[in-house]
Amino acid sequence: MAVYEHTYKPYAGPLTPEWSRFLILPRHAYRDVFKSKLFTGFFALCFVCPLIMAILVYLKHNTAALAIFNLKPGDTAAINAGFFHFYISFQCGLGFLLTVLIGPVLISRDLANNALPLYLCRPFSRAEYVIGKMSVLMILISAITWLPGLLLFSFEAYLEGGSWIASNFWIAGSIFAASWVWIILLSLLSVTMSAWVKWRMAASAGLFGLFIISNVMGLMINGVLHTRWGSLINLAVIMKTIEDSLFRDVNSMDLPQWMVLPTGAAWFTLGLFLAFCLFLLTRKVRAYEVVR
Amino acid sequence: MENALPKTAEPVGTVDVLPNTPELVPTAPVIRLDNLSITFGKRPILRELRGEFRGRAIGLLGPNGAGKTTLIHALLGFHPPSSGTAHIFGRDIKTDAKQIRGRIGYMPERDSFIANMTCVHFVRLMAELSGLPPDAALERAHEALFYVGLGEARYRKLGTYSLGMKQLAKLAQAIVHGPRLIFLDEPTNGLDPPARQRMLELIRQIRDSGLASIVLSSHLLRDVEECCEEILIVKQGRIAVYCNLEEERRANRKFLEIETRGPREPFAEAIAALGCEYALTTEHRLKVVLQDGVEIRDLYRIAAEQEVQIRRLNFKRDSLEDIFLKAMEDGNGSI
Repeated sequence: MAVYEHTYKPYAGPLTPEWSRFLILPRHAYRDVFKSKLFTGFFALCFVCPLIMAILVYLKHNTAALAIFNLKPGDTAAINAGFFHFYISFQCGLGFLLTVLIGPVLISRDLANNALPLYLCRPFSRAEYVIGKMSVLMILISAITWLPGLLLFSFEAYLEGGSWIASNFWIAGSIFAASWVWIILLSLLSVTMSAWVKWRMAASAGLFGLFIISNVMGLMINGVLHTRWGSLINLAVIMKTIEDSLFRDVNSMDLPQWMVLPTGAAWFTLGLFLAFCLFLLTRKVRAYEVVR
Repeated sequence: MENALPKTAEPVGTVDVLPNTPELVPTAPVIRLDNLSITFGKRPILRELRGEFRGRAIGLLGPNGAGKTTLIHALLGFHPPSSGTAHIFGRDIKTDAKQIRGRIGYMPERDSFIANMTCVHFVRLMAELSGLPPDAALERAHEALFYVGLGEARYRKLGTYSLGMKQLAKLAQAIVHGPRLIFLDEPTNGLDPPARQRMLELIRQIRDSGLASIVLSSHLLRDVEECCEEILIVKQGRIAVYCNLEEERRANRKFLEIETRGPREPFAEAIAALGCEYALTTEHRLKVVLQDGVEIRDLYRIAAEQEVQIRRLNFKRDSLEDIFLKAMEDGNGSI
């Protein structure tokens, strides 16, 4: 169907593998996302923390450099599970802000423009659509959490040597797992919010509100009923509990005893919450709304 | 747009099959409905539809709420059948939905696009989702937009397009991956006469290329009449009529409408004695299908014998409107 011929002609070339088609959505989404200088600037700032931490790791092992600042190796922060736990907590916090910036329009724009039938009339399923939309955030948050985290860990491992790796290899797994727990929660939460709340500001506020309101409600229940089970509806505490368990309770900030949840209960509640988000998504992500 | 008929149109059966797509059955009907029923909650929308459709262009007609759009959506896999199934090019919509959708183009009735995208970006995205590699998708997007006549406006954002341009953009995204079957749901909705003519011309070109079959759903009988060879009339979720328009027209070539004054019944019976079929319509009118060997002068002779005046006599054939109205009046008589 060459331009000059102006005829209808079928396509006879090769096709892309089906499994990779969900990645089309993030690729096209990034064209829009990175048009915003504000977002691009913020995304660049997200790499400042990994850079500073890499410098700390380097200084820890370079006595000559420490001497310039009149420091001894013991004066710098210890590079251990707590160090990486802090890093993941901070970067996931930035990941949350990143989600608030780009998450609310991911699906709402398609719903507002009735674009879903156009996606779903192609060899592209609802699951692929949702995964594709979630990938927009998954890739970006991965780029600022576990990817630099594992590089940081590798850097430390390189400077420390074999015995450190042997005794701390689990930290790499914790970095990866904790990041992915956050990534899945944030991306699923934001696409669900985007599917149900068309107005961008309201969806952004909803994302903030979910953490704040669930926190307040949880604290109220704990306070009124003198229990710790109110924390089951406190998303922030649930995530903190899971993070702590993954980093073997090497905390940068301990939770008060009356807020601490059993780890199993935190995982179970998170699972329920994610399942509820998926249920809401299946209700909304359809080619056409069926009036029964 | 200039005449865009291909110089060497290939027959439908020889269209190149995409390498990654399982072979479609070349001799299979375009669409086969096997007792297809769709129910929303407890409300039946389509009721046990049966039939085989092989035409290059099939018009889908019916009053509002008859189930036309639901039928298209069911064939696209948007609504799972509550019972029965359908086959497109021999493949079951229940089990081979993805393979089928790879060979289908769909132009929805409502505005469906992404407003802050340029048209070429949008069409390219749709081509990629159909499985085309990025480079090929971009090339095809440009070509499809030139084909539908949006070449000069392809870098404009879709949100700035007029209604007619949006309809053309929807057509471009439906054909960008070169489907073998294209569903067009009310493609001329809201178009002014020149834009409507342009749209119909494009549909006819695609039909005449023989490279894709078309299912055209429209309220406008004229559109269907101009573009389609076969029509499927749906009424209250059932197939009311399925016919080949050309055959229907040929069959009614000697159809006469006669307006008379005087005793009509004896006149009609005398005509019937010549072997012609007749139908009394309004008070002074009757319709007659002339048999071979019966001439108009025979009618005038009988009229003279029966002392009947022939006030008006028109050669007529059943228009699509007649077929449609007849279909609507059948059954419970309600439209």
